Order: sequence, then structure tokens, then C-alpha cells
Amino acid sequence: MRKGGNELFLQVYGVAVALLVAMAAGSVLILVFGQSPANVYGVLLVETWGDSHGIGQTLLKSTPLIFTGLSVALAFRAGLFNIGCEGQLLVGSFACALMGSALPESTPALLAVPLAILVAGMAGGALGAIPGALRAYTGSHEVINTIMLNFIASAAVLWAGNRFFFVEETTHTADIISSAELPSLGIAGSALNWSFVLALACAGLFWVFMDRSRRGFELRAVGLSPLAAENAGIDVRRSIVVAMTLSGAMAGLVGANFVLGYKHYFEEGLGSGTGFMGIAVALLGRNNPIGIVVAALLFGTLSNGGLEVNGFVPKELIEVLQAVIILAVAITTATTQRALAKGGAS
Amino acid sequence: MTAPVSELQSEACIELKGVSRSFGKNVANDKVDLVVRKGSVHAVVGENGAGKSTLMKIAYGQIRADEGSIRIKGRDMPIAKHTPMKAIDLGVGMVHQHFMLVPPLSVVENVVLGREPLKGMVLDLETAAAELRALSEKYGLHVDPSAIVETLSVGEQQRVEIIKVLWQGCDILILDEPTAVLTPLEVDQLFDVLRGLVAEGVAVVMITHKLDEVVALADDITVMRRGKVVDTLDGKGASVESIAHAMVGRSVLLQVEKEPANPGDAVLVVKELSALGQTGLPALKRVSVTVRAGEILGVAGVEGNGQSELQECIVGLRKPTGGSVVVQGNNWAGKSVAARYASGLAHVPEDRHARAIVLDFSIEDNLILGRHREFSKGPFIDRAARAAEAAARIKEADIRPADPETLAGTMSGGNQQKIVIARELNRPANAILICAQPTRGVDIGAIELIHKQVIAARDAGLAVLLFSAELAELQSLSDNLIVLYGGEVALRMDAKELAEDGARAKIGVAMTGATAGQETA
Amino acid sequence: MSDVFGVVFSVYFLGQLVRTAAPYILAALGGTISERSGVVNIALEGKLLVGAFCCAVGAIETGSATVGAICGILGGMAVGWLYGLAVLRFGADQIVSGVAINLLALGLTRYLLKLFYGSTANSPPAPGFGDRVWTNVLFYAVIALVFAFQFGLQRTRFGLRLRAVGEHPEAGETLGVSVLGIRWAAVLIAGGVAGLGGAWLALDNEAFVANMSGGRGYIALAAVIMGAWRPKYVALACLLFASAGALQGVLQVEDVPVPRELIQSLPYILTMVAMAGLIGRSRAPASLGKPHERS
Repeated sequence: MRKGGNELFLQVYGVAVALLVAMAAGSVLILVFGQSPANVYGVLLVETWGDSHGIGQTLLKSTPLIFTGLSVALAFRAGLFNIGCEGQLLVGSFACALMGSALPESTPALLAVPLAILVAGMAGGALGAIPGALRAYTGSHEVINTIMLNFIASAAVLWAGNRFFFVEETTHTADIISSAELPSLGIAGSALNWSFVLALACAGLFWVFMDRSRRGFELRAVGLSPLAAENAGIDVRRSIVVAMTLSGAMAGLVGANFVLGYKHYFEEGLGSGTGFMGIAVALLGRNNPIGIVVAALLFGTLSNGGLEVNGFVPKELIEVLQAVIILAVAITTATTQRALAKGGAS
Repeated sequence: MTAPVSELQSEACIELKGVSRSFGKNVANDKVDLVVRKGSVHAVVGENGAGKSTLMKIAYGQIRADEGSIRIKGRDMPIAKHTPMKAIDLGVGMVHQHFMLVPPLSVVENVVLGREPLKGMVLDLETAAAELRALSEKYGLHVDPSAIVETLSVGEQQRVEIIKVLWQGCDILILDEPTAVLTPLEVDQLFDVLRGLVAEGVAVVMITHKLDEVVALADDITVMRRGKVVDTLDGKGASVESIAHAMVGRSVLLQVEKEPANPGDAVLVVKELSALGQTGLPALKRVSVTVRAGEILGVAGVEGNGQSELQECIVGLRKPTGGSVVVQGNNWAGKSVAARYASGLAHVPEDRHARAIVLDFSIEDNLILGRHREFSKGPFIDRAARAAEAAARIKEADIRPADPETLAGTMSGGNQQKIVIARELNRPANAILICAQPTRGVDIGAIELIHKQVIAARDAGLAVLLFSAELAELQSLSDNLIVLYGGEVALRMDAKELAEDGARAKIGVAMTGATAGQETA
Repeated sequence: MSDVFGVVFSVYFLGQLVRTAAPYILAALGGTISERSGVVNIALEGKLLVGAFCCAVGAIETGSATVGAICGILGGMAVGWLYGLAVLRFGADQIVSGVAINLLALGLTRYLLKLFYGSTANSPPAPGFGDRVWTNVLFYAVIALVFAFQFGLQRTRFGLRLRAVGEHPEAGETLGVSVLGIRWAAVLIAGGVAGLGGAWLALDNEAFVANMSGGRGYIALAAVIMGAWRPKYVALACLLFASAGALQGVLQVEDVPVPRELIQSLPYILTMVAMAGLIGRSRAPASLGKPHERS
């Protein structure tokens, strides 16, 4: 059977069930706090999608999630688990900020912006290449290595910042030159900027790469059956390294949002949690670009909404909701897969 | 249908009636009846996929039957509640085709697992080890209780499996394809052990597709095909032909029509090739082989004697430790797998599911797997070219279902193999085809087609190196033949010798290693 | 430099070492038993955190540190139960579920902290060890547990079955061993022990602080790998990692210019090196991470 309507229905069903479960869990927590779930959810929706400013902020929050979601998905499709987005986006953002502030003031924007973005990608990619190479050449599993690198990268960045790059008495770097800034999209005073467009473009590139390119074909083969890929003459080791590098680079591009488009410098604690959310986005979005964008919007909504509902319930409610969604989707993914396996051909 | 009454009226120890089980759309067992008598050897025979393993796993309680009844030693076992624990309690033990041993644990730990003897809170392994040694002596199954299982040879591991079952107190032994991984010498040893057990009143059920072994050992024979019992025969007086006839309904000795070969120049020259195997021990010892254009060289031998390593060295998946692989005058040392395909290699691997296709890819993607550079325009896949190729190959080989977007994992073994062969035989630069177990797990209709395709390729000038575990297939397809034993060429036969009457016997002897070390000219 | 040695080998230092290492050891023991049965345990961080929280709340509400410790164990087991539900009952991906549970623990403990005590940062002071760090039961319990786990794995029936299930679950199943049953037990025990580790944190600190597990769960996981999934080596690895922190303190006193961050990163770097096979090949249990299907 071709991947048919049956499978699509079950997957959508699974996501829907997961969302309902999350809402229910959230409702319990809200009630325990003495508030009304309807009220809280209502405020959440209205503040995030009810006016242009809200929409702008929501899209702003979604932007980094698109990058990390694509990052995790790319690795997934190659059969790899990249939990290192946290570290990769850190080094990417850091490198981006450094490049942005080191360029001479007179650099034209046409040069400054792409250069800064490139550096962000390269730094993230370099960090991703390490667990990729370890997996390819020593068989050492990337899950643990990426987790370890998150901590190492964080420590290294902080050390470098404190030692060399942070402005005195602060934990942020110098401002980037104005021509390196990604202009705001001007949506009702929100901080939504052109990195959002970049993120959407990356989603498109992801699709073209994975589905249409020869290299993408090889990555998919490696992800689905490394032995068959090897037998077919595909260089499995190189594919693994390429996949992790591209994945890391994609995560590094988060710097384009935070540094170039929003804060205009790198700050300690930047983007914390975005990497883990990327896993949720990739999972929810089923590792395909459209799903990822939609899932990123969902989590972006929650993220932005959290700030808004903080008056009623602690914003940690959002973290709980996000975690429950991930867990519930993981469960429904597994149960729908089991259902499909039972019903299908042997 | 009940088993034929033999002279000694033995009581039934396993009775299966109307047992059925399906996996999704695949009907593995269809209302099967089976009776095993005490103190006998009962062979369950059939082709791959006939449902033999499933049936006995049901008897053992490892798989749940959908319907039917199970009776062990007169006790009714409700099918919903039957488990291996209950089976073992009643004396039924099973030795699986893929051993159920835990590699890093010791022999005695593996044997006691599930029924561990305790001294207070602690495991009492010493007593068990002593019991194992006693059993070893009694039945000639020599194992060292303290050895770690993963260090043991395949034959030794099988002994551990049998001793495990005996230690559990079983007197009904189910063996699933026990000789698949044994050398001929080990097979004889096993049969001696089995005969000894039967003499003590143990019942042995042997699942196998090797008919000559059935003839040597079985008292009762149940023949299965596509999930149904098609015949039950008496072991005495059965011959390979009569069993084969029952299995497929016609003579199974397929005689493929082929013209005599017209070989040209040497295409593949393997010289003094040596290589290490998976375990780090030498697997190929200075093997020399030549295949010419327009000829098929068959490679016979029990699995595990260097066939895989030879294939891997030629394909480029394994680096030899000595010797050379030269194709059309070019030494392939250091060449990547992709470069070899580009230089004339075609490869049908023996493990289809793991190595030949990607189960989650469509037909059209599998057709270009490994050839995707041919079907690329710059960095992109040329979708039009891919579609055209798929349409052509599907029609030519009658691949079903015919939708090019069908996922390979949902197709039958025969159709999957058609994809592989269509892909490999149509490579533009083809010079040498390495073909391993081409008809394993493939139904009869597709087998004939595949054989025809291989012959056609040969006639078009391809050099073919054919590895197969089915002697009949090798004999009918090969122009020349070699036998691999212990990583060395134990025998070489040319077309004339192959056609002689005693050829099969000679090959069989060479497979046992009796002629190892002396190459016949 | 001789001063450094003098300090390092003083009894005081060793005691400090065990005190710092205890939560790692407890969490790592939990991770070991879970992974030996074939179930990945990324959720150690969450178990520590929830254990710490439950301990603090229990201790505050009843005024008893002992009750707190018990609450910590129960809290950890509850997390273990949730993990088991997702991964064993429903077959959800173990790594994703582990990450989710860690995030859940993070958010939930802070939410409840705000709910109960009005702050998202600290709880009110809770009964803890006080002065009795060396003379309380837990201290010796930790040491005893290491030996108990080592012994239990090698010499008891449960341990044998657990090891078998972790390497070749199908083999166990054919012999009537309940793979899921063993794994459930392992996951619950892991939760309990890790919860106890969290309780230790809370008792030592005499309060609950948001995110107080601070990455220890991940270091514990690293220790499991470094210790090749064997309890006594895992405990040694924990001591090694804990000494990194203590070592840093000593070096700062001596004005040795090693960046603090480098020392902090040592456990992680060491683990990566170990995993790459540069410190001997340690082999994970063969069925680790693969869900089990009953036929």
C-alpha cells in the first residue's frame, strides 16, 4: 500500500488526542491554582492571535523553533538523534554576535548580514560535526554526545564571553553594527523580523533537499536502512557527518533571529529551551517542513501566551503544557504505529 | 487427518487440531492437524514460509493461536493461556533457529534462566553446573558450564540449547532448522545425539527443509505448504523425491533450459585472496577464482565457510588482508563500492531485506538505489527519468503491484527480488554479476523467472558468480562450480564433470571438508 | 603543590567528596539498573528534581527529615511510573519520553512551588541533615546500596533475569521470563533510588531551590556509561566526577589558572572520550532502547 489516507488520518488523530490530553492536564493545574481554565486558555488565545501585536510576537517566538525543528528533523531523517540544538544554537548565536560586532561600521548590509548568518551556520555546523564524526567513525552514539556537548558548549561560550567578549559588568556581547541587523517586519510594534522569512525559506530548502536532491535521497536511504545504503555504494559515514553538520548549522541559524533580528547582541541564557522544543516540533510536525512550521506556530503560541497569562497562573504552566504535549505525542505516535503494523501486510 | 498407525502403538504426546494463525493478511497456519508420538522423530517439512515454525511456536506457547486446540500429554491447553512456562512444565522444550541464548552470560546462567535454583536468596549455580556435567556425559553433548556463550562456536551453542532443554526436564524436543548452521560433521554428531535421546523415549520434532536429513532420521513426516498440511508420510520408505513431490505437487528438480556456455575473456580474476571474518579469524585463505564473460561459476558450500567474505571483498565492503581482485584488467584494491559499481559490478546480495532494498522506499526509489547518480540531473534526482525507468522495469519483469509508488516492504519476496534483479541486470556498464541466494524466500513461479533472467544475462555476455545453498539450483544453473570449505577452495568442477552422475556426491563430500587442502585440478 | 596533596587526601576532603557524590551515586545506580534491563534512562534529572521537591514538601509539612526522605523516594517512583507508562505500556520512544519528563519535572516543580509557597525560586527552610551529615542513616545507606546493587545483579534470580532481559529479551521470553515485568520493576526501582538522590539534595540544602538538580542527572548518566553499566565502577565514576567540583575549589585556593568552566566540563569531556572507545570499549546492554513486542 502506498502511504495512504489511513496513515494520515491516524497521525492527525494522534496529534489531536495528544493536544486534548495536554489541555486536560493543563486545566487540572489551572483549577488547582484557583483559576478558570476557560478564562486562562481564552486569554492565551486572544493575546497571541487576537491582535497584530500578538500575532507578531507569536511569530517571533515561533521563528527559532522552526530552525531547531528543521534541525532535529533533518537528523531524524538520516536516522540520527540530535539533542544538541541547545549547544549548537548557542555557539551559532555567539559566533554571529562576534562577527556582527567585529565588522567595521562601514560594511554594507548586503555583505554584513549574509556573513553573520553564514558564521552562525558554520559555528553550529562545526559543533554538530563532532558528534557526527564520533558516530560515523567510532560508533559512539550521538544522543549522549550531543547532551554532553550542550554542557561543554555552554561552559565554553560563557568562559569566552566572560574572559574576552562580554561587555564589562554584563553578560552580553557588544552590539552588532547596524548594517548587520535584520530589520524588523514592522508588525504593530512587535519584534518580528526578517529572520522569520529566513526560517520559512529554510523550510522550503529542507523540502527541496530531502525530497528532490540526490544527497537527500542518500541521507534518507541511510536513515531508513544503513546496510542497504552501504551496499548500494553510498558512503554511510560521510552521510552521517553531513547530516549532523547540516543539522547543527540549521540550529546555529537561530542566531539570526535572536542576535541579528531581535537583541542585536548575544546574552547569557539566550534561547534556553529552544533546542528541546525543537525535538517536540520535529516530532509533532512529523519531520516534514509544513508540519514543522505548524508545530512551531503552536509552541510559539504557547510560549508567547505564557508571558501573557502570567498574571493568572505561573507561566510555568506553559512549560508543563509543552512537556505534556511532547509526552502525549510520543505515546500516540507509538500507538498509531502499532495499530498500523497490526492492520497492514506482514 | 491423523498420523499413520505404525507397528508400535506409541502414545501421542502433542496433538494439534485445527490450529490457525494469521499475521495481518498473511495466513501462516490454516486449520492444521498434527500428532507427535512419544519416542519418535517427527519431521515437519515445507518450503520457506510454509508455516512450520509458526506451528511449533504455537505448540510451545510462544505464539498464540487464533483458533484450534492443543493437547500435550493428554492435557488440554487453552490456547489463550498457553505459555512457554506451561510447555516446559509439561516437558516440551524448543531449540529455535536463531538461538535464544544471552551472549554475555555463561552457559550455566543461560541454562537456569527462568528456573533458577536458589540457596536462600542467592543463585545456586554450582549445583546446576554439576547437573550439566552429568547430562553432558550421558548424551555426549560436551559443554563447559562456566564458558561465556558468545565465545562458543555455533555448534557448541546449539549443544548448550539442547542441554538447556534437557536440564529443564523436557522429554519432547522441538528443533527449528537445527542443521542450517552446522557443518556436515556436526550434523552427524547431532543426529547421533538425537538417536540416543529417542532411544530413551524422548520425542523429537524437527522442522526442516532439508529433505535428505528427513529421510535419514524421521519416523513420521508432516508436509506443509502455504500454511496447510498437504500430506503425512511414514518415515520408512520415504525418499527425497516422494517428499518433494508432496511439497510442491510436481518434481522439484527444476531443469533449467540453457544452451551450453560460450565463454569469452576472463572478467573477474580473484588471486590468492585472504581476509578476516567478522570474528577476526581468517575467513578466506588464499582463494583463487576466475570467471569469464558469458559463463556462470557456482559456489557451493555450507553457510559460514567464507562465502560472505568473498562476496564482500569483491563488492568492496571488506578489505582483504592479501591477494587481489582484478576486474577487466583493473585491480580493484582501494576502490570504493560506488566506484566498483561504476566499473562493471552488479550485485544481488543474499540478505534482501537488510542489504538489497530499503523496505520503506517505493519501487521506483529502490530501482535507482545505488544507481541514483545515473538518474540525476546535477544535484537533483531526475524525476522523469526515474519514472520512465520504473515503468519500463515494472512492465518487463511483471512486478506486482504495478504502482511505482508501492512501498517495497508491503510486497512479496518474489516481487522484491524482481526489483533487485531488474535494477542490477540493467546497469549500463555491467561486466560481472555477484548473485547470492537469488531465490531464497521466493515462490516457485518467480524462481523460474529469476533463473531465466540469470541465464539470459549470461548469454548476453555477463560473467556471473553465483552463490547458493540449494545444490539443485547450482547444478542446473552453473557452467563451472567450486566448493568453499573453511575459507579455501575444496573442489573445482567444470561443465563436463558437473553433468556426470556422481557429481552431486562429490560436491557433498567436498562440502564436508574431506577434500580440504587438496585442490582437484 | 604539596599543600594541594595534603588537602586532597585529608579525611575532610574525602568526606566532602562522598557528600557531593551521593546524589550522583544514587541517581546513577537508578540509571544503571534501568539500562541494564534495556530501558534508556535520560529522565534521571527529572527524578532527582521531583525527589528533591517531594522531600522538601514532606519535610516542611511534617517537620521530619525522615518523612521527607520517604516522600522523595515515592516522588521518584511516581516519575518512574509515568516513564514506564509511556515507554513500556505504550511503547513511546524512550529518549523523547525522557526529555519530556525532564521538562515536565522542571515546569511542574516550579508551578507547585509557586502554588504551595508563593515563590518560583525557593521553598521555605526544611528540616535536613543539619550537622549530622556523617552520622545519619542515609550516608551509610548510599554506600550499602552500591554493594547491594552489585551483588543483586550478579547473584540473585532477579538480577540474572534483569541482565538477560537487557541483552536478549526474546531469549528470556521463550523461557517464561516476563520482559515487561522485569523492566517495570527496574524502572520503578530506578525512580525510587534516584528520588532518594533528590531527597539527599534537599536535605543537604535544607530547602528546595528551583532547578536544584542542576544537570546532575546528566552527569549521573555519564557516570553510568563511564562505569560500563556496572554498579561499583559507576560509583567510582561518580566519585571521580564529584571530585571535579571539589578539585576546582582547591585549585582556586592555590591560584592555579585553570578556568572554572573547564573543570566543570571535565565529566562531560571524559564521558565523550570514554564513549569513543578511547578508554576501553564499554559495551551497552544489547537491547538498550529497543521497545519489546510480545508475539
